[in-house]
Amino acid sequence: MELARLPISASQRGKLISAGYTSLSSLSSLSPSTLAQDLKISDNEALEILRVVSQGSRLDKPDGSHAIVNGAQTAWDMLHEEESLKCITTSCVDLDDILGGGIKCKEVTEIGGVPGIGKTQLGIQLAVNVQIPVNYGGLGGKAIYIDTEGSFMLERSLQIAEACIEDMSGNSDFLQKDFQSCQVKAQPKDFLQNIFYFRVCSYTEQIAMINYLDKFISEHKDVNVVIIDSVTFHFRQDFDDLALRTRLLSGMALKLMKLAKKFSLAVVLLNQVTTKHTEGSFQLTLALGDSWSHSCTNRVILYWNGDERYAYIDKSPSLRSASAPYSVTGKGIRTATSKCKRIKIM
Amino acid sequence: MANKLISEMGLPTSIANIFAARNITTAKEALSLTEFELMELLDVGMARVTSAVAHISEIVSPPTQTALSLMEQRVQNEYMAGHLPTRLKGLDEALGGGIPFGVLTELVGPPGIGKTQFCLKLSLLASLPASYGGLDGRVIYIDAESKFSSRRMIEIGSKSFPEIFHVEGMAKEMAGRILVLRPTSLSEFTESLQHIKISLLQNHVKLLVIDSMAALVTGEYDQGPTRQHSLGWHISFVKSVAEFSRIPIVVTNQVRSQSHDGTSQYSFQVESRGETVDDHTRFDSHLVAALGIHWAHAVTIRLVLEAKAGQRFLKVAKSPISPPLAFPFNITPSGISLLNDEGIEMKGPQISTIHYQGHEDIINFDSERLQ
Repeated sequence: MELARLPISASQRGKLISAGYTSLSSLSSLSPSTLAQDLKISDNEALEILRVVSQGSRLDKPDGSHAIVNGAQTAWDMLHEEESLKCITTSCVDLDDILGGGIKCKEVTEIGGVPGIGKTQLGIQLAVNVQIPVNYGGLGGKAIYIDTEGSFMLERSLQIAEACIEDMSGNSDFLQKDFQSCQVKAQPKDFLQNIFYFRVCSYTEQIAMINYLDKFISEHKDVNVVIIDSVTFHFRQDFDDLALRTRLLSGMALKLMKLAKKFSLAVVLLNQVTTKHTEGSFQLTLALGDSWSHSCTNRVILYWNGDERYAYIDKSPSLRSASAPYSVTGKGIRTATSKCKRIKIM
Repeated sequence: MANKLISEMGLPTSIANIFAARNITTAKEALSLTEFELMELLDVGMARVTSAVAHISEIVSPPTQTALSLMEQRVQNEYMAGHLPTRLKGLDEALGGGIPFGVLTELVGPPGIGKTQFCLKLSLLASLPASYGGLDGRVIYIDAESKFSSRRMIEIGSKSFPEIFHVEGMAKEMAGRILVLRPTSLSEFTESLQHIKISLLQNHVKLLVIDSMAALVTGEYDQGPTRQHSLGWHISFVKSVAEFSRIPIVVTNQVRSQSHDGTSQYSFQVESRGETVDDHTRFDSHLVAALGIHWAHAVTIRLVLEAKAGQRFLKVAKSPISPPLAFPFNITPSGISLLNDEGIEMKGPQISTIHYQGHEDIINFDSERLQ
């Protein structure tokens, strides 16, 4: 490993190189005090450099212990972990089916579609559904809703929460005979209480917000979903420097992925659509460009198919591309009612 | 928030000075750089940069609120829980009380369908005294197409609310609350908007009408990236005005004929297009909203006004609250009135198509657009 890749400040790196330390191996057997003398820096600073170096070289060299590479995980372990992963239901059976159970925790899922197709509705639905208690097959968690467009509607979330409670008590009648003891005590207000709402007014705030999420979630461990509605809005305006935009976006995507893994929560990004000129015709595509489309684990596109709303899995490492109908009702997102063929494998 | 000064964030002095020395003064500048870039630029270690960025981020982040506390506040502070009733019973029910505060509501439709009539009525409603169910405030009416008619407005007023308008001096008082601006260019519009942004609250303005947004934007630019760009800026600005002052903003949009088909398709749909999309729908619906998809994402509520087989319809094409309903309406001396309050539930993307058939007048859309 090269010295240039070490996360140390430029002046420290300059001192190291001018003193002749160009590779990590030349540093590995030094004591802090020797280094401090050589570079004319304080002992503390030297110690800090050596600590960074040892971290860096550990990534490079096999350790000989149980893990061959530090921080890695075998595919077998990952399989076990994936099996225990929880999903947030979308309240639409067909959609859950093609998603493999719902929106997955530990993953970043992007959802896009034309105006009025139901992106915000789906966002609110997920913010409510994540709170379904564990004994009803939910996660019993809380939600963070980051609103960049001002499109979050309180009245609507109240409706969806009420419908969700209704469904839960309906189910409990079915499942349990003595539903007296198991009666739902949840109130729509409790659901709203558990949605943390942030209104973001510029892209700087959006970046700051995502940086801050780490701390916020450490303080609120029971958050299971982060919804950003929409990730696009501020990045579509006031940007002259498209290279900067790409850089900021990919940085943001990385942070979100890290967040999803660290706290094992689902990240849902809502995206807008734009038209793109390809091969002589205009086509719809999700906004923010081609490099952005690499940054999400899953990508779901909502679209009109004839008179029905459909969701299509555009990209996913584990799911096959398929589409399924869903409908938006007064109660929120629900299974489409028409009895025609359900799931179409493309 | 974005331009907050780093020197005032309470960072440890040593690191704050380094930021200042490198001329990174605002949060925007600092957060536009990656941590690695900051390390290079500031010449400090990883740990200090990370903690500084975390500190800045925390301060710049908007405050958290639970949805519940948000609702309690709104119920407490706002009359009608933040809605301007349109007095069209069916529509008010569908929208949960009327035109909501704090967001953009758009009216799209072909010329002559009644968009301006609707705006006039809303302006009156907002200016009415609270005892008559109005918002008792001023209205700013931005009239880009020079279509505002005060005579028509008084007519609507005296027909709909005779008890108010027949009182001596009331007509003058009501009409005196409606301020009409006639910007001739987009830049003029922007300038006046920036001027009034702050004074909106002081002057008790309860409604902002922009009739029409499309006239302002299409008049100035050709299609293409410049237009996209300038529109983008205006979208965020108008939205921020709505939210900042918590007033309803009503914007009208023109229609244009669709110059190419296939825009409503994704690449994965193309192959199956032949079988899934009925051919007649493509010939049928050749009118689309003049401002494109970028704009359409920004409005929270879109109402489409259309004429089909000699009947006018008002459709709730995009709304987070309402099901897709269509209401037949006609225009009477007292403004728009719905023929029934039930509404017809529409299926599929039909709700957002714009028809213009069976109407008496034949209007050349191209000449309309060139104005």
